[in-house]
This record gives sequence, C-alpha cells and structure tokens, in this order.
Amino acid sequence: MTDNYDVVLVGAGHNGLVCATYLAKAGKKVLVLEANATPGGCAATREFSPGYSVSSCAQWLNQLHPAVTRDLALESHGLQWAARELASISLDLDGQHLTQRGDHVEGGNVTAADSAAFREFHAKTTKFAKLLVKAFEARAPKLVESNLTDRLTLIKLGLGLKMLGRDDMSDLMRIILINMYDVMEENFDSAQLKGLLSLDSLLGSHMGPRTPSTVFGYLYRRVGEVFGHTGHAQVKGGMGALGQAMAASAQAAGVDIRLSSAVASIDVDAGRVTGVTLADGQQIAAAIVVSNADPITTFERLVGLRNLETDTARRVSQIRCTGGTAKLHLALNGLPRFTGLDDRQLGQRLVIAPDMNYIERAFNAVKYKEYSTAPALDISIPTVHDAALAPAGGHVLSAIVQFAPYEPEGGWDAHRETFTQLIVDCIASYAPGIKQQIIASELLTPADLERDYGMTRGHWHHGELGMDQVLMMRPFPGATQYNAAFDGLYLCGAGAHPGGGVMGLAGRNAAQEIIKRGAAA
Amino acid sequence: MKKYDAIVIGAGHNGLTNAAYLAKAGLDVAVLERNSYIGGATVTRELHAGWKYTNCSYVCSLLRPEIARDLELPRHGLQVVPYGGGVTFKRDGDYYGNYYDHNRQYREMARHSKRDANAYERYTADVMKQTRLIRPFLLKRPPDPTSLKLRDLRDLADFAGSFMEMGEQGLADTLKFWTKSVGDYLCEYFETDVIKAHLGGSGIIGTALGVFSPGTAYVLLHHYMGDVDGNVGSWGVARGGMGAVSGALAASFQAFGGEIICDADVDRIIVKGGKAIGVALKNGDEYHADVVVSNLDPKRTFLDVMDAQDLPADVVKKAENFKIRGSSGKLNIALDGLPTFQGLDKNSPLMLGDMHFSDSLERIERAYDDWKDGTWSKDPYIDMLIPTQTDPSMAPPGKHMMTVFVQYAPPKINGGEWTDADKDGFEKSVIDQIARHSPDFKDLILHCETRTPREIEAEVGLTEGNIFQGELTFDQLLFNRPFPGYAQYRGPVQGMYMCGSGTHPGGGVMAAPGANAAREILHDLRKPNTVPGGYADD
Repeated sequence: MTDNYDVVLVGAGHNGLVCATYLAKAGKKVLVLEANATPGGCAATREFSPGYSVSSCAQWLNQLHPAVTRDLALESHGLQWAARELASISLDLDGQHLTQRGDHVEGGNVTAADSAAFREFHAKTTKFAKLLVKAFEARAPKLVESNLTDRLTLIKLGLGLKMLGRDDMSDLMRIILINMYDVMEENFDSAQLKGLLSLDSLLGSHMGPRTPSTVFGYLYRRVGEVFGHTGHAQVKGGMGALGQAMAASAQAAGVDIRLSSAVASIDVDAGRVTGVTLADGQQIAAAIVVSNADPITTFERLVGLRNLETDTARRVSQIRCTGGTAKLHLALNGLPRFTGLDDRQLGQRLVIAPDMNYIERAFNAVKYKEYSTAPALDISIPTVHDAALAPAGGHVLSAIVQFAPYEPEGGWDAHRETFTQLIVDCIASYAPGIKQQIIASELLTPADLERDYGMTRGHWHHGELGMDQVLMMRPFPGATQYNAAFDGLYLCGAGAHPGGGVMGLAGRNAAQEIIKRGAAA
Repeated sequence: MKKYDAIVIGAGHNGLTNAAYLAKAGLDVAVLERNSYIGGATVTRELHAGWKYTNCSYVCSLLRPEIARDLELPRHGLQVVPYGGGVTFKRDGDYYGNYYDHNRQYREMARHSKRDANAYERYTADVMKQTRLIRPFLLKRPPDPTSLKLRDLRDLADFAGSFMEMGEQGLADTLKFWTKSVGDYLCEYFETDVIKAHLGGSGIIGTALGVFSPGTAYVLLHHYMGDVDGNVGSWGVARGGMGAVSGALAASFQAFGGEIICDADVDRIIVKGGKAIGVALKNGDEYHADVVVSNLDPKRTFLDVMDAQDLPADVVKKAENFKIRGSSGKLNIALDGLPTFQGLDKNSPLMLGDMHFSDSLERIERAYDDWKDGTWSKDPYIDMLIPTQTDPSMAPPGKHMMTVFVQYAPPKINGGEWTDADKDGFEKSVIDQIARHSPDFKDLILHCETRTPREIEAEVGLTEGNIFQGELTFDQLLFNRPFPGYAQYRGPVQGMYMCGSGTHPGGGVMAAPGANAAREILHDLRKPNTVPGGYADD
C-alpha cells in the first residue's frame, strides 16, 4: 500500500464508496478510511442474536440511482435481489388491510373514488418527482453567482417547470412548501390511505404529517420510482451485501479501503486541507479530503469549529439534525401470523399508520423528547424471501419506528425496556401470538444509531430534509456544491445535495465536482 | 333603481379602502354592510355601558402609511398612539420585560442571559433586513409566474432582482427565514426559554401552526413589518379603539362622495351573460353596478354569495380547499381597576405593552397540540393588553378595559359545533391562567365578552373565525393568495373582484389588499390610477 494518495475519503458509507469508485475510475489514487470493521455505513447487515441477521439500519432498497448500479457494476460484484417490486400493505386492526402497488390501491376502506383519485395523484406527483430528479442528478446551482453549469441546470429546471403546463406548474408551486396533511385531505377520503402516504413523506425525519415540508419529503421518496424502482426491494443477504458489493467495486477500480481506521481529525493549514490524522495518531497527507460523514461531524469534530470562520461555524451549528427514528429487530422462532394476511402478503412491506392523526400524535411526543406511546411502523420480515438470515424455521422481523427521541429524559437506559415492550405490544395488536415467538430483541435508538453509524444525533438523512436545508441550501449556504470552507475539502454524504436514502447521488455528484475542479486547476 | 359604477360587499377596512380609492377616481360607489355598524373586524363597540371594546383587532401598526397619508386618515380622526413595554410572566415568579429604552432593554435581557442580550442586536438587524425586503411588495399586486404577459414578466424580474441584490449569503438567510419555524429561528439566536417564548408568539398569532412548524418565521414578519409614525416594528393603539380606523376610512370615502348602506345583507352576486351586474340582498332588494367587489373571505365569496354554475369548476374546488381554519379566540374584559401582576410595579412601563404567560416555546407548542386534537388549549398562549393605560377614553375614569387574544381555539370542538359549555371552559382556561399571575384580577372583572371562532364567524363573517381571511401558509401567499391564477384581485367572472385579506398581502389591519384591488379595477376600467404604489419608507 502506498501512502501517496490524491484523495483521502473519510467513511465507507454507500455514498463514500460510490464517490471513491468514480474518482478512481477517473484516475485518482483514493484511500477510504472506515471506523467500523465492515464497509457500507448504513447499508449494513448484522447478526443481532446468534444465527439471526438483519439489515441493521436501512432495510429497503428503493432509491438507488440506476447509473450507480450500472457504473459500479454492482450486480457483477455480488449484489443480488431477494425480492423486488414489493407492495406496501397498511395494516388494519380488523384485518381490512390496504394494499398499494404503484398507482394502484385496493382493500381497506378505499372507495372507487379514492382509488381513481390516487391514480391521478400518482401520475401528477410522478411528474413532479421527475422534475426533482433533474435537480438531483447535478450539483445544486448556486443561489446568486451562477456560472454556465448552474445556469444550464436552472434553465433545465425552468423549462421542466413550464413543461408541466400551467395548472400543474401552479399546483407544484402551491404545494411544494406545505404539509402532507392538507394535501391528503384535499385528495382522499380513506384515512388508511392518507396515513400510509403521509408516513412515506416523513420516514427518517423529525416531522409529522402536519409539518410543512412533508410534501417535499413525499416527492423526495417518489424519486425512487422515477429511477425505476416500482416498489420496495430487498437485497439478498441484507443491505450489508450492498455495502460489500460497493466495496468490491471500489477495490476493483483501484481504491484502497482501510477498515477499523477511525479518523480523528481532518487537518487544515492556511485555508486548505493537508490530510487526515487517524485515531492512532498516524497522519496521512492528501491534497483532497472527502468526507462521507455528516456535515456536523465533519466540521465540528473532524475539522474543528475553531478552524472555521465565525459565519461558517455558526451555519454549521445551526443545521437542524435531530433524529426521531428507531429500529427494532426481533428474532422469532416461527413465521408470525398477522390477522388477515396470508404468507405471500407477509413478504411485502407492512405499515402501521392507520391514520394521519395517529402519526401526528406519535410525532407530538418526540417534540418533547418523549417516545411515542403508539408509534408508526414500517415493517419488513426479510426471512420470507431470504431464509439464510435466520436458522431453519426461524424468522426475523425488522421495523423502522417513528418516533423515538435522541435523548429522552433520564437517558435511554431508563426507557429501553419499556419502549421495546410498547412497540412489541403495538405489533402484537396486529399479530396476536407474536410475543410467544420472540427469542431475542434489539432496539436501536437514535443514540445507538449515532454510536454505530456515526450519524449526528441519529438523523438518517444527516440533517433534516426541510425546505430550509435542501437543494441550494444543503447542507448550508457556502457549502452547497460539495466543496466547503477549505480548498480541497469536500462533502459526499447524505448531508450534501440531494440528501439521504440509499440513492448514491450525493457521492456521484461530489465525484463529478471533484473531477471537474481538478481538471480546471 | 339606481345603478352604481361599483359596489363593494362588506364595510371592513379593506372594503372601505377599496371603495375610497374608487370614489377618489370619480366612480359612483356604494358599500353594502350586513351589520348595522361598519368596520368588520376593525371595530369599537360599547358592549358594557361606559366601556368601549376594541373587540376584534386590537392594535395598530400594519396600516400602510402611504394609504393613511393619501386618504388623509388623521384629518378624518385617526390617531395612533404608540405603546412601549410588554412582559412575559414566568411560572417561577420572575418575568421578562421588553423596555422601550435600549439600554434598559439590554440590562433586562442580560439579567436572564448575557449571551442573549448580545445576540439581540443581531437578531433585530436580521429581522429588519427581511422587513425591508418585504415592505415594498405590500402595495403591489403579486406577479403571476405562469404568465407571459409583459407586466407580469416585468414584475417578476423586479421581484427576482431585489432578491438577487442580497447576495448569496443574504439570499440564503432570506430563504431560510421564509421556510423555517419561528422556534428554530429563535434558537439560532437565543438560549433563554422565556425570551424565545416572548418573541416567538408573534410567529403563530392567527395561524393554525405551532412555533415549531416550518413557515412560522415568516408569520413573525407580519408583526414586524408595520410601523407607527415611521418607527418600523413598533405598535400603537388607535385612539378610541380600532373603530377609529374604519371610521376614518369611512369618512374619507364619504368625503369623495361614496355611500355606505348598513343592514344590507348580500344574498348573491348577480351574474348575467358571464358578467357580474350587481347584487341581490336577502330581503330581495337589488343593487346594480358595472363592478362588484367582494371584501368577504374567499370561501364566503365563492361558495356563499356566488352560484357554482356561474363559476369555473376549478374555482369551486379551489375555494373548497382553501385553508381558513380558525385558531384563535378573544376575551374583552371590563375591569373595575388596574390589576396587579406578580413582581411588577403598577407604574412599570412594562404594563403598557403586550403581556404573556407562556414562558417557554414548549408550552406554546403544547397549546397547538390541543388545537390539533380538536379542542381549545388548556394552557393557552395569550396576547393581552390593557389599552386604557394609553388611551383612557375607552373606559370610565379609573376603570380599565383589557383585551385578551387567545391562541388556540379550533373552529370545531372534536368535529362538533362549539357549545356554550365549551365556551365557558375556554373562558375559564384563559381567566385562570391570568389569575395565576394576578391575585386581584378575578375580583376586578365587571364584564367579560368571550369570542370563540363561533362568535367571530357569526358576527364578523370570517369563515371558521380565521382572523386573516385564510391562513398565511406558503400555498396561500403571494401569487397563491387566495389561489393560483386568481391572485391579482380579479375574480373568475368579468366585473367581479376581490379586495379582502384573503388576497395579497394578507391579513392584519393593513388596508393594502383593498388598495391593490382598486388599482387593478381602475386599470381595467381605463381610469387614471389613484392608488399609491410606491413605497415611502424610513
């Protein structure tokens, strides 16, 4: 291994690996440093109980950009699908479940009018999501001093907006800043449908259906469909297999990856980066340092606020980034039985979000650093499609839980048991008998996610996806085009444009920017 | 039957402003008012003998100075007296005061937090920057971004230009300000709960959002962008109550030859051949005119006084979806004397201003949670004023009048109508909160008028009791107010216009919507413009 690297990249999360691979393909010598023992960041699989493994952070693949899959040749580096095009089923206590697949909804209390309205709504929001994609696939234009590249993006967006037609254009401008709650009320009657769609708008965020910005959150999620993911997909071997495939692809492109090598600081001198220092004191010099860590970790911890200009330091400390999402893993000794669901349905994405007020109440709690007493859940039973994740006959249930505070009063140790019990009770009300099947359980709170995956305050998106922190405002003004604060320092993670979710675009865009600037210099 | 050039439905402050400008241009104008008194929500009413209640809107600052000067409102009797002070009482017995005097204000803040005291200048300067940006657009019609008309493109370029002038960081600050919650915004500057709560209330007044809902920082602006005699951001009381504003507007209108007809309850706008030709009253009377202007809110305008078959289908749907949720109530109280408040001298200048009892943003946010749950806030956010300290003419000598604005009160209780028992419960939660900080308060109460959204809607005609004629959220601001495609005061029917707070720039006793609408009407009639469009700032 040589020590003469063009680029040192901090963090082998999926965006880091994507960025590294593109840079290596462009001829750069890249070293990726990862604190954990496995690559992938939030694309991880972990054995949480002997014999039982689970995607321990992100659990669905529904936003990965096709260019990333293609350019990194992920499938030839080991990415396999356990299941694709899964439907979303919103559970009902009486077994009247609602199923959504693409633009089609059925079951539950959905009327013919609702299902027609949903088709229309779906078509319209797909158009809006397509427009967002135009903005996501390039760096965000600067707010004022626009150059040719930025102007082209703006012209593309402007034309795209005009091409929507007068009615859709004004509708987009009307709803883009507001909340899902009102838009749902305008369009649908079914409480179940409104609940399901509004949960989609805020997974991983610190928002309720009534919080303005959630319409953007919904469109953000719908971008996955524009990329060709018609439904949710499950990776064989769990999301960790995606991380492994990305690492394999990076290595094949010539990237060096050092695991279990935590970076202690990003070193700067006279306005530019000089390299990094590892936790063990080793220094590695490089003219370009790319951080896959979130912006707060990058600037507060690794660069150090004292090295920043006052205004930049203030902007960093003002980033809204408090997680409200937890993860529950259950090891089961058999396939759970949900009232009114057959075996085939058990393999789909199961959602507990019976109506919008339910989610809103769940959200109320986290505003005051309490956990939801009736949480909203996004459940996966991965062993239905991938038996290897558990011993024979055993099953795994994995649930994304909205909402859990980052720091509850008295600390998580005082609440972990109660909250776990409460979520299990909630699931058991839809799946009676599941409690007797539980062999082991694990709750990952936002604090745990911060510890395991380094994301500040456990926020999945490395910073709230609010309108004040997206597009040309992400992560903060002055750092919106991946380069920030110092010459040679770049961001490539979810905290950068376009944001979180296993999409790969932040890494890809960052690489393009670095390559472009390198050529200019 | 007499035919007018123009009829304005509703003698609220915007209706009167609109009518005054039309009359000034030489049109023959009548204003029809359902109540037996004029003013809409800008009224002074003697509901308890000897006490003048300013019982809806209660303080003055947003009224555009260009309009006040132009219509000579001071000559017609309007006098706005600025008040200083303001205080938020804390549960622990302390308070945070807002002094008019700069140095005293600094010391008061520093008493709570030196860091906050130092941040205050930066905060004020930053908010003022936003104020300066928005003020020139108040007396302009919003451009239509989907239009390719020359006038729209020019306005749009103007609009974009003034944003671009701010530079990248300035523009970023602006965008953040427009999209952030008032709570998050204040947390960027301050650390002390009571200071944040004192300042944060302005972000939610009249709005069905909480202090942590994105978009509420902008609402803050609606409480900072006014002025009293050129002193931007300060507030005053209209001498004689807010009725003095509508009284002066009416006098100005009448001086231009206009006619006000009270007890004229409009049943519908008569449309013939795709054109508005007049109105019919509930009693069967008809008034005809070439131009019909509605000062009613968009829901009442399109779903009540207009017939669905006269309207394009999209307008009916847009009106149905228009958000006009009531979120506030009001108590108007006649007091036997000035109450004492915890830890505060009766002669303290703080008493002259707005008083509050919510000492943390969390308490205000929890009050909002009650609203979401379909009930009034058990621990409400209160904006309380005793204007008789500044204007003794509103109560008998030695007595006082108190106006208590209350947030939140939902338009319906758990989906049902308000009952008298609900109203009593609402009143009690407010009175108890005040009494907790004022031992003699309850004994001083001589009369109390309680207004829930039910009463506000029934008397003033504001749908669901929403004081802004529609929420100030982004889907209903600028070119989206009241709805896309109809934001330039013209209705969907020829000869029909809107001039209420449901149009740009929205609610508050500003009179700008009325004036802007008059400019568009005169433009369509090819009459010379009488409306000031410019911007006379400090």
